[in-house]
Amino acid sequence: MKLIREFEERCLAMAIDGEIDGGIHPYIGQEAVAAGVCSNLTDQDFLTSTHRGHGHVLAKGADPRRLLAELLGTLEGFNKGRGGSMHAADMKLGILGANGIVGAGGAIASGAAWAAKARGNSQVVVSFFGDGAMSQGVLLEAFNLAAIWSLPVLFVCENNMYATSLKLESGLAGNAARRAEGFGMVARTVDGMDVEAVASATKDLIEHCRAGRGPAFLECSTYRFFGHHSVLELLGVEFRDRDEVAEWRERDPIPLLGAKLGDDVVASIEEAIKKEIDDAVEFAKNAATPEPKDALMYLYAGATAVRPGVIL
Amino acid sequence: MSELPSPENFGYMHAMNRALHAEMAADEDVFLLGEDVGVGASGVTSGLLPRFGAERVLDTPLSEQAFTSFGTGAAMLGKKPVIEFQISSLIYLVFEQIVNQAHKFSLMTGGQVRIPVTYLVSGSGSRFGWAGQHSDNPYSLLAHAGIKTVVPGLPSDAYGLLRSAIQDPDPVAVFAPSSLLGATDPAYGGEEEIVPLGEANVVREGADLTIVAVGQHVGTAIEVAESLGDRVDIEIVDPRTVYPFDWDCLRKSVNKTGRLVVIDDSNRMCGLGAEIVATAAEEFDLVAPPRRVCRPDGTVIPYALALDKALVPGAEQLTDAVEATLKSVSK
Ligand SMILES: Cc1ncc(C[n+]2csc(CCOP(=O)(O)OP(=O)(O)O)c2C)c(N)n1
Repeated sequence: MKLIREFEERCLAMAIDGEIDGGIHPYIGQEAVAAGVCSNLTDQDFLTSTHRGHGHVLAKGADPRRLLAELLGTLEGFNKGRGGSMHAADMKLGILGANGIVGAGGAIASGAAWAAKARGNSQVVVSFFGDGAMSQGVLLEAFNLAAIWSLPVLFVCENNMYATSLKLESGLAGNAARRAEGFGMVARTVDGMDVEAVASATKDLIEHCRAGRGPAFLECSTYRFFGHHSVLELLGVEFRDRDEVAEWRERDPIPLLGAKLGDDVVASIEEAIKKEIDDAVEFAKNAATPEPKDALMYLYAGATAVRPGVIL
Repeated sequence: MSELPSPENFGYMHAMNRALHAEMAADEDVFLLGEDVGVGASGVTSGLLPRFGAERVLDTPLSEQAFTSFGTGAAMLGKKPVIEFQISSLIYLVFEQIVNQAHKFSLMTGGQVRIPVTYLVSGSGSRFGWAGQHSDNPYSLLAHAGIKTVVPGLPSDAYGLLRSAIQDPDPVAVFAPSSLLGATDPAYGGEEEIVPLGEANVVREGADLTIVAVGQHVGTAIEVAESLGDRVDIEIVDPRTVYPFDWDCLRKSVNKTGRLVVIDDSNRMCGLGAEIVATAAEEFDLVAPPRRVCRPDGTVIPYALALDKALVPGAEQLTDAVEATLKSVSK
């Protein structure tokens, strides 16, 4: 959790300073979800992530140096600078990509789960998405496919109560977990600010998936402490009640767990992580930028001739 | 129809069916999914379920968006999905899943994955009387987006290109024109060869004028070339793959004949014909302005048969365009 927090605070500052191009969607506040869920996964398992994906990617074990290098658009990034924040992927770790389209990952996860199941081992796929994604048709179609074909997917809805500025109750009819139950899935709702609660609920549901009993659904009630993305932060656009933000900040998952770990442990974790992130910043800033002439490299396998446009 | 398709049947649909049988037999990672593929409702997928089983022939619910990206996810883990779309317009429902997801993953991940999915649109174009939502021919849209796209015009190509599409490491769309599904080609004597993607075919050699004909219009062009045979010696180029397009083959042909007419069942605005004519104008040695025969801008096919037929290009419009091209001279 601390690694995600420190990474995200640096990134947010770098995005606001213009060191990171484009915008980032900070995960700050939601760390307990990524950490709690991914603590139940191995390198053999898979995940699909969202536009707010840094936390998921790091919790799955991705190297923060290469993630930051990707955010700086360099060749040392996982995606060689072609993906950036919203597409960070590390196939070796089973990270099938963050995704810039809300709700898109669920169907990809289902296909991956089908292929994994066909291999005959007990790999699972976790698909993260927000409450906003619950209104995307493709996600609901994917629930149906996963359920009828009994696929090992854990759908994790991070309910942070907002889809950009749209409040949960203005966007979601009924209730996320009850909807999932309507597809015949086992569904649970947990306090997404309590990493132990998330980890323990995930453990049960993943066991269910690994045992071949079909998909499951986990709703985590959580909150993002910052705005929707760094550009809104920069513009100072606010749409949430300040008291509401302050109330949720009191339930910050990191100090909540820290109180249980004790000051010494916390201090040593903080020190180690600060160093790790300093290293990542150093590494990423020194990484090489790809050549404009290679802009379309990797698009096609082999040498499909792309005809001239602006730079070629 | 659940028995193995007979090689004595030289039809277009049977050729595609044989290609699916061959690829599924050759590579265990190839699997088929779509609506009613088990019973082979389109004819193209007949006999696959009994032969390869429900693990490799997946009858899907009516969930085009989910099953299209399902293919992407399975491809990420090493499978080679072939997805059949019952109706060409369903491609509009899954534009996001094909163009924004499957196509982009290779570049966006810096080459970490390839997505070898085949999108099989097995009855594209007007079906005469199926009206607005069942008669489009949206291959230009996919070509515009950079999806490898093939439109076989002959049974032998339908066989050979479908096999190449399935073997290709990238997403490939295969459009089978509806009017060809029942077509046979006695000259195609069961010789089954793989046809590489990206290679055009000179269907007929000629000296005076090049017709580029796509899909079912290969037949239209042959008919027109024969009917005008005593007045003009027409060369016919079938691109077969519309993206990537075989510009070298067309350049050779047009530089020889100096005249170009394109017949293609796309809408005019931003259609394939527009691209071919523009490239010819920019790069080829023309003695007359190039022309195209295509559907009008933004066509919606009406139900009434006379209106449907009036909007879809045919031999008459092609003949007019050839004659106009022969009369005009570049300034
Ligand atoms: C299909 C789609 N519609 C709209 C957008 C623009 N957009 C990006 S994030 C977002 C809000 C998503 O909300 P939610 O799923 O709750 O996730 P959160 O941002 O709260 O983590 C929107 C509307 C998009 N990327 N994709």
